[in-house]
Amino acid sequence: MTEHRKYEIDPVTGSPIHPHSWDGIGELETPPPRWWVLVYLVCIVFALGWWVAYPAWPTISGYTKGLLGFSTRADVAEQIAAAKAAQAPLNDRLAKADYTAIAADPELSAFALAGGKALFGENCAQCHGSGAAGNVGYPNLLDDDWLWGGDFATLQATLEHGIRATTDADTRQSLMPAFGKDGMLTRAQVDDVAAYVLSLSGGAADAAAAERGTQVFADNCASCHGDKGVGLRDTGGPRLDDAIWLYHGDVKSVAAQIWNPRHGVMPAWAGRLDPLAIKKLVYYVHSLGGGE
Amino acid sequence: MTSRTPATIDEADIPVWSHRPKVMPKKVKGPIRNLKWLVMAVLLGIYWGVPWLRFDRGPFAPDQAVLIDLPGRKAYFLWFEIWPQEIYILAGLLIVAAIGLFFATAMLGRVWCGYACPQTVWTDLFMLVERWIEGDRAQRMKLDRAPFSVSKLGKRAAKYLSWALIGAMTGGAWILYFNDAPTVVPALFTGSAGFAVYATVAFLTASTYLMAGVARENVCTFMCPYARFQSAMFDKDTLVVSYHPARGEKRGKHKAGESWDGRGHCIDCRQCVEVCPTGIDIRDGLQMSCISCGLCVDACNTIMDRLSLPHGLIAYDTERNLELAAAGKPRVWRFLRLRTIGYGLVFTLAFAGVLYALIARAPLEASVLADRNPLFVRLSNGDFRNGYTLKLLNKSNEPQQVAITLDGLAGGELSILSHENEASPLIDLAPDTVAAVRVFVRLPAAAWGGAPLDYGFTIHDAARGLTLTAPARFEGPQK
Ligand code: SF4
Ligand code: SF4
Repeated sequence: MTEHRKYEIDPVTGSPIHPHSWDGIGELETPPPRWWVLVYLVCIVFALGWWVAYPAWPTISGYTKGLLGFSTRADVAEQIAAAKAAQAPLNDRLAKADYTAIAADPELSAFALAGGKALFGENCAQCHGSGAAGNVGYPNLLDDDWLWGGDFATLQATLEHGIRATTDADTRQSLMPAFGKDGMLTRAQVDDVAAYVLSLSGGAADAAAAERGTQVFADNCASCHGDKGVGLRDTGGPRLDDAIWLYHGDVKSVAAQIWNPRHGVMPAWAGRLDPLAIKKLVYYVHSLGGGE
Repeated sequence: MTSRTPATIDEADIPVWSHRPKVMPKKVKGPIRNLKWLVMAVLLGIYWGVPWLRFDRGPFAPDQAVLIDLPGRKAYFLWFEIWPQEIYILAGLLIVAAIGLFFATAMLGRVWCGYACPQTVWTDLFMLVERWIEGDRAQRMKLDRAPFSVSKLGKRAAKYLSWALIGAMTGGAWILYFNDAPTVVPALFTGSAGFAVYATVAFLTASTYLMAGVARENVCTFMCPYARFQSAMFDKDTLVVSYHPARGEKRGKHKAGESWDGRGHCIDCRQCVEVCPTGIDIRDGLQMSCISCGLCVDACNTIMDRLSLPHGLIAYDTERNLELAAAGKPRVWRFLRLRTIGYGLVFTLAFAGVLYALIARAPLEASVLADRNPLFVRLSNGDFRNGYTLKLLNKSNEPQQVAITLDGLAGGELSILSHENEASPLIDLAPDTVAAVRVFVRLPAAAWGGAPLDYGFTIHDAARGLTLTAPARFEGPQK
């Protein structure tokens, strides 16, 4: 038989006093409440059940899978599938509707805008900025200036085929000759025509140089940029008589562009994005404030 | 009790857990008990009845007088409707309720605990059922000690099932405040109500059963935070249930015909202890566990009647009066005190504030979200343009139409994305919804001075004659 210690009873509380003491201070042996002990036991049982039911233990080549087959990955896949299924009716309607019909249907319009915004952030924001305000060399999509046009059909064509995209035979092509570098114009002629171009939009320019540049422009530039630089959308020749510049609007930058032009490239998105995604993007970009 | 415990105990006899004694309150009769029955009937009646009240709000809003529409993000209370952005009103109501509780506590002690607290009301109801099924205190104690038998099993089963049923009705009524009552009740029984509904009913059934059936006085004594800090609201003039030691002591048994000279009026019959739902002895003085229910007052007064002694050995009284009585002086009642006047004033102010917020609530609201990326756009002729999303809240139950104009932006020109080709567009606002309207404001380069311009959007609702201006700011390049 085991030898049991005798505990003294504290006369005030009726609780046993633990035999150990520090500096003469004893400790009461107060049992925890019953519910507390029960909860503790239930927790232990629960934990055991958890080990069996859910993934719990690492093994050499993986982990115990648990009887319930729980997997967060599968859950996410399921949720994505559910979200896609939930969007399916709207996507179907969107696929059938043309742009005017989308605009006339508030629900469809809101859906297309939300989808377009998400797609834009994923695919377009890298160049055009998350707010679509563009950057030097990357067109601002919010303003009212379009190189190729800003109506639905044109935007769709631009998106599908890209600009100077190497992968698409129908891509939009417009290449400006390197007038200076290739010796087509002299340094003085380049400077003169740059001054003329700036004068078109009221930019500060040397009046005499601009005067001299008029003829140079008519001979070399008007075929693409139009008379007096009004732009030619068929060829993507930018407007030069407005306040919007793709590569800075000071005389030095303009001259540099004439001497040895830079050309931006936009990928052809047909094939990379499905037609519905392109439709959403077109609708979204058109809504940004520059749509025609 | 301590005298009966042995001086030592064997290690093996120390229990793994501690048992709390069961409190088995005895039935009591009297005016306070009657008042409590009445309060219980009224409160339960309100709780179970209110969701069934109808209130016609027109075709676009629910017809339930009191409804918290979670999916619709609205709360309806008779004429009042609260939107999520007005949740401060709810916060205000909670503040009013808290101050109201402080006020009542300073005045009358723990009236809330003794009469109106759901814990008390439901425990009382559960005890009533318990008494019907198992009998009064003595019978219940006997049943508790009795060995297992069919009759014991039957009684216990009947009791626990009744409790579960009341719990289910409690949880069932709760969801009526969040759903259309006549729709959700049949749905509940046909199994077509949502998961949240069943989960709520299950949870509240279980918690009602646990709190009112099992935990009971332990909630008041060990769990309730209010019990802990209510003493901060007490002073010497607060009404508390008090035993008058000056009159009661020295207590002891008393035989009929014996003289009362040289002894107190308390005959140590322990009725006050037996009826106490928290199982305390009020003769030990005011203590935290006392919920001020006054049942011991009724119990003792019954005894006093039997002895032909005046009422009030235990009574609602103040600490000051206890002292005065001990000194043989007359009672004083001081209900108007700095504390009660202060709480009363703050309560009135807070209540008036909430009421004003509810009544002065505009049916139309607008907020302006300016585009920040980019702040402005330069257009080809040099003009600047800012984009905004206007959020228009139609807080009425009818569809509305509003016109939007610019206020105080000289030279500014407004265009609304969805109404670009209309000369004077009207925006449709569906009832009880927030409409998001994309607008662009264009300012000629000449009108831009280099510093942001403050102006406003005027929203005009011609049909109702409402006009409001939402502040906005025009941004451009710094010069
Ligand atoms: S009920 Fe009254 S008389 Fe009886 S024990 Fe309590 S205080 Fe004394
Ligand atoms: S002591 Fe009296 S008032 Fe306090 S809880 Fe018990 S019965 Fe109620």
